[in-house]
Amino acid sequence: MTTTQEMTLNTEPFVVNIGPVHPSTHGVFRMRCKLDGEVVIDIEPVFGYLHRGIEKLAEERTYTGFIPLTDRLDYISPMSNNLGYCLAVEKLAGIKVPERAEYIRVIMAELQRLANHCVAVGSMLNDAGAYFTPFMYTFRERERIIDLFDMVCGQRLTYNYMRIGGVSQDIPAEFLPALEKVVKRLTKFLKEYERLLKQNEILLARAKGVGILSKELAINCGISGPVARASGIKWDLRKADPYSIYDRFEFDIPTGENGDCYDRYRVRIEEMTQSLRIIEQASKQIPGGPIKADLPHIIYPPAGEVYAHIEAPKGELGFYIVSDNSIAPYRCHVRPTSLINLAALRQMVKGWKIADLILIFGSIDITMGEVDR
Amino acid sequence: MTVALSSREIASQLSSKFPGAIEAAGNDSVLVKSDSLVQVAAYLKDTDGLKFAYLNYITAVDYYSYFEVVYQLTSLEHNRSVILKTRCYGRDNPSVPSVTSLWQGADFQEREIYDLFGIKFEGHPNLKRIFLWDGFPGYPLRKDWNQ
Repeated sequence: MTTTQEMTLNTEPFVVNIGPVHPSTHGVFRMRCKLDGEVVIDIEPVFGYLHRGIEKLAEERTYTGFIPLTDRLDYISPMSNNLGYCLAVEKLAGIKVPERAEYIRVIMAELQRLANHCVAVGSMLNDAGAYFTPFMYTFRERERIIDLFDMVCGQRLTYNYMRIGGVSQDIPAEFLPALEKVVKRLTKFLKEYERLLKQNEILLARAKGVGILSKELAINCGISGPVARASGIKWDLRKADPYSIYDRFEFDIPTGENGDCYDRYRVRIEEMTQSLRIIEQASKQIPGGPIKADLPHIIYPPAGEVYAHIEAPKGELGFYIVSDNSIAPYRCHVRPTSLINLAALRQMVKGWKIADLILIFGSIDITMGEVDR
Repeated sequence: MTVALSSREIASQLSSKFPGAIEAAGNDSVLVKSDSLVQVAAYLKDTDGLKFAYLNYITAVDYYSYFEVVYQLTSLEHNRSVILKTRCYGRDNPSVPSVTSLWQGADFQEREIYDLFGIKFEGHPNLKRIFLWDGFPGYPLRKDWNQ
């Protein structure tokens, strides 16, 4: 005799490791997922596969000698890391940066934001299952931006371009015309990309209402950048606490309403348009003059401590430096945007399916180089 | 512009509310006794007019004779920031109270400090090493750690 109860299959939760080596974890990241069939009950993020002890290494280097290591924090956007670190040391030592260098820095930081969001949006759509078509489009455009970086510093990934008190070398004469072409190209590309995806039915079905992060939880977790703005927090350090010369440019802060994956995607696309606006203004206003403050090769900032932060493409990137007036920082802490942005991941993925987990994780946009340091 | 709130002003406000909790007020930071850290932080977080609801970061510094744990709070509403510091002494078993009950974002950061400095956060729900493996010898960001 078989009753209905006996016919039902017994299920019990089981644990699956996603990562550390998995294409959808954006680096060496591991999630221990407790699953009930296809539904995520709980996850535990596991870090440390890329821990290189960068904060310890900083204590053994000169202030300038640490700049190449900042490239390796968030290796998708090294220019922003360079900028954040240099601003912190300049604030500590009271160094004034020449006008031309400030403009070059802003142009580079905004180009970097465009390049980062190209990767972020492309790989998020990859995670959504739009296999490699949208990704290749964005990578094609990112390539043009990397060509520009190559032109100014000879590097394609780890730029090591900025210096304390300015930048390492002046932009070549052909840079500004090339920049104008890239800006035109990207403006056109963004329109094309919007036509392809903004009202795409599959993307809407996969991303709208998925992985909602509430405004309160985002603030409580210290989440910043596009992820926070997609949850409706109108907070952008370029406006809230202007550094460098950002107070001279006109731009808007795009925000989302629902805090779902679709909003995070939208905020990034709209931020790219705003970055193009800033670059257009900066390239028109850029003055001549020196590109680096007149400083000795080795600087000894006065004893004290400083925290400087910038709005990096992924969120608030900060450097907390303690100086004891010696050749190297006594302590150098990096505020890791990517690590802190993962703080709410658990609540965001609970109850969603594995396929959604991959998309929600992709929409946060992290780099393991910055999480583990 | 995010205004760094005058730490002396905020320290006097805090010490009238929590007598004996404030050890010193520097130019840009308030030094809080570690046993009243959570109450002071909760007051700063929830009081109208202050509303320091956003925890920017937590970090620690090893000064040999003591460890200093640094908290930067920002009020998104009023666009102001304040730095709280607390100290713990002794190298064998230093500990400070955890603020994870106030800020969920403190979880990973406190685990990181525990991992690299060996400072225990009392009341942390899941205090274990985050980057290094269990059994790693010592705490690498301490100044007396040898490679």
